[in-house]
Parts: sequence; structure tokens; C-alpha cells
Amino acid sequence: MIELQSVAMNYGGGELFADVTLKLAPGSFHFLTGPSGSGKTTLLKLCYGELVPSAGQVHLFGQELRQMRRDDTARMRRRVGVVHQDCSFLDHLPLAENVALPLTVAGRAADAAELAELLAWVGLAPQAQALPPQLSGGERQRAALARAIIMSPDVILADEPTGNVDWEMSLRLLTLMVELNRMGKAVLIATHDLNLIRAAKSQVAARVLRFKGRRLQLAGADL
Amino acid sequence: MTRRQPALAAGRVVPPSGFTARLTLVSAAAMAFLAVFALALSMATGRLASRWNDELARSATVRISAPAGQMAAQTAAVLEVLNATPGVASARALSAEEMQALLGPWFGPDLPLASLPLPQLVEIVESAAGIDAEGLRLHLAAEAPGAVLDDHARWRRPLVEAAARLRFLGMVSLALIAVTTAAMIVLAAQAALAANGQVIRVLRLVGARDQFIARAFVRRFTLRALVGSALGTAAGLGAIAALPAADSAGGFLTGLGFSGAQWLAPFAIPPLAALVAWAATRAAALTMLRGIR
Repeated sequence: MIELQSVAMNYGGGELFADVTLKLAPGSFHFLTGPSGSGKTTLLKLCYGELVPSAGQVHLFGQELRQMRRDDTARMRRRVGVVHQDCSFLDHLPLAENVALPLTVAGRAADAAELAELLAWVGLAPQAQALPPQLSGGERQRAALARAIIMSPDVILADEPTGNVDWEMSLRLLTLMVELNRMGKAVLIATHDLNLIRAAKSQVAARVLRFKGRRLQLAGADL
Repeated sequence: MTRRQPALAAGRVVPPSGFTARLTLVSAAAMAFLAVFALALSMATGRLASRWNDELARSATVRISAPAGQMAAQTAAVLEVLNATPGVASARALSAEEMQALLGPWFGPDLPLASLPLPQLVEIVESAAGIDAEGLRLHLAAEAPGAVLDDHARWRRPLVEAAARLRFLGMVSLALIAVTTAAMIVLAAQAALAANGQVIRVLRLVGARDQFIARAFVRRFTLRALVGSALGTAAGLGAIAALPAADSAGGFLTGLGFSGAQWLAPFAIPPLAALVAWAATRAAALTMLRGIR
């Protein structure tokens, strides 16, 4: 579904990474790790078309990224659920409408029962009418996950989803991701939390990709 | 969550903007108010130009300056020539009373007319075909040496030109108002787009098409321009209707306004303002969106 072939990224001040080849197939579960600034967020952005690589090819659902028109990009993003590092909500709309936003922009009405079920699944039913700034870090992360999956996407990309939450909440978010993966969705989580990766290995056959020396490597069993 | 129409939903995703919204409304109203006056000016001067053209073109005057003894004979000769000239509907020598009435405003009512060597005036009313002024002049010179034809062209032309120029300036003002309205709405829309950069990025990331995002802004500014210019147009029309009535002798100032079907023209201002706002906001939004992947 998402394929990167010999991709290099260069922001102008030198090369961030090069020769990255990656394929996200249905049902796969990947972790992406590496030091800060090694390109984890950049790689995720390539996977949903917010950035274009300096070299190499990115295929998103069969389309080459550079050949996609703006409306193609919009349609592709409806098939990719992204949990952003900073969550990015519309602060003037209540949580329920924020979670349903992907449906709204696609011109579809949210089914009230399904939305309530989704909010209950991430444990946010009581906060449905709260505004995003009133939520705690963990609540925002779970809301971001709910928004990422409301369109029933084929791929879920998460950038440091456990960045601002305690260990208990991290495990809860991880369990939610594992449940989604069991439903056949491809999952890619960028994180530098090795404990989270270890915790995941007991639940799911996850592969760990690590940025080292500007290259992406498949990490061995040393984790 | 209730079911909502997509258009309304598109409006809601952008946060409400109280103060700038009112500014756009007020500016659109002011521009529409000015547009009504520019339109009134154009139409009034247009009417004036065509009225002067019509009325003055259909009349001419022959002035006869001759010694007292020859006056009657030359007047008779002039009338005879005129009656035989094609294009003259009627020709008539002005009576002493009429001359008195014409001169009264300048010399007062007690003017001893008989004691002054006044020229005799002959008023010509032309038929639709008009007269050949040059041919008539030559003919008059031969029959009555003291007769001078004045077809009013000399002083009519600058007046008609001035009126036409005023009308042109009115049109230029209308065009300037339209351009200013567009510029003002582009500025307001760009401010709104910049202030909502975060909202736009979030919408784009969750899969919104450019059309959807642009629509949220375009809808607002189009509605504001429509409502604002409707208010401004209503106020302008009220002000014009409340002007003192113009009498037939009124100059162009008291004649400022609309007549008959012209009253319908200002009603085109609000839809046109809305159209300008629609195009301006759409262009601004799509330009801004090109910078966000």
C-alpha cells in the first residue's frame, strides 16, 4: 500500500537520510526508532504526502507521489490515519466534532452511534463535548487516535503517540494499536521509547526499523 | 451528533471571526453607498447630455442688427428665406414683450426697450432632418446683410462635452469602487486565511480537498459582501430619494438621481459586490492553499 524505493531526503543543509526502502503491507506492524533528528517524522511525512523526497520514489496506493494532484493527495489521506506528534485539533470545535472531522471534510455525516462507540473505545465518552484545550495530554493522544481511525483507514501512522503520557496510558494506546492491527490494518509507530517496543513484542509480531548513520536498518533481536 | 449539510459543516470548521467580519460588512456597505452615488452621477449627466443635445440641436436663432429704418424689411426678408429653407419647421420673430422677458433678468423690468438699438431675434425650430447651417448662412448674407445665424453649436458642444466627461468620470469611479472592493476583500480574506493557517493545515491533513477549505472562506466573505452592499445600496437609494425634487430648470446638481427604469440599476450593486467577493476570496484561498501540501 505504501512503498518507498531508494528514497533520500535533503532539506538543503545536507542529507538527512538516503537509500531508504520500505514497504508497508496490510497487517504489518512496524516500529520506527532512532535518535532525535534522525528523520523519523520526515519519513512519516513522506508516507502521507506532506513531503516529497529529494530522490527515489514513493508509491501511495499505487500512485507515484510526484504525479499526484492535490485532490489525489486529499483522497489518499482519507485512507491513511495519522496520529500527529502535536495532535493538531480545531480548538473551537468540541472533541466529538474533531474526531468526526475526516468524515465532515469528505462530505459524509457521522453516524451518532458509531461515533459514540469509537469515543467509548478510546475512553473519551464523557469528554465528547469538551473543547480540545480542556483535555489532558493522554486524552488528546487518544482523541488523535480516534480521529485517525474514524474513516477505517488501511494504514495507521503514529508519530510519538506516547510522547506526553505516562506508562499506563502508553500501554493502553499500544493495546488499541495492536487491536487495530489484528483487524488487518498496517501500523507504523515512530517512537524512541524502547520499553514500548519491548512491551509490543509480547503482543504482536512487530518489526523494528532503526535509523543509524543516515540509513534505515532492520534492528535485530538485541532490543 | 446531528446530521448536517456539507455546506454548513464547511462553514463551521473555520472559527467565527467577530471583529474582522463586521469590518468587511461595514466596508462593503460604504463602497455600495458610494457606488450608488457614482451611478446616479453617471446617469444624471448622461440624461443631461442627451437633453442638451436634443433640445439645443432642434433650435437656432437668427440675430438681425440693422439701422432702425431697415429692421422691418430685413426681418421680413429673413423670415421669407427661412420659410423656404428645408429643415426649418417654423420661424418666428420675437415680440417686444418676449425680448423684455429675456433681458429682464439682466437689466431689470423697467428697461426702456424702445429707446435701445436692440437686434431683432428670430427663433427657428428645426424639423428632425435639421438645417444646413452653412448654406443658410450664405443665403441669409445675400438677402439680409445684418442677419447672423446662431445654431448654438458653439456653446452647446462644450456643455455636452463636459456632461459626457462627467459621465465618464462617474463610470471610472464605479470601476475604482469595484477594484477597491476587490482589494479590500482580498486583504480581509488573506488576513482570515493567515489567522487560520493552523485550521487549514489540520483540514488538509485529514483529507480535505482545496475546494472544501476554500468554500468555508468564500461563503463567509461572499455573504458579508452581499449583506453589507445591500445595506449600503439601501442607504444610498434612501439618500438619493430624499434629495430635494429637481424642477425642469434644475441644473445637474438638483437633477442628481435616477428616473424611471434607471431606479433598477442600483439593485445590481449587491449581486455584483457578492460576485467580486466570491472571485477575490476564491483566488486568495486557492493561492494560499498552493503553499500547503
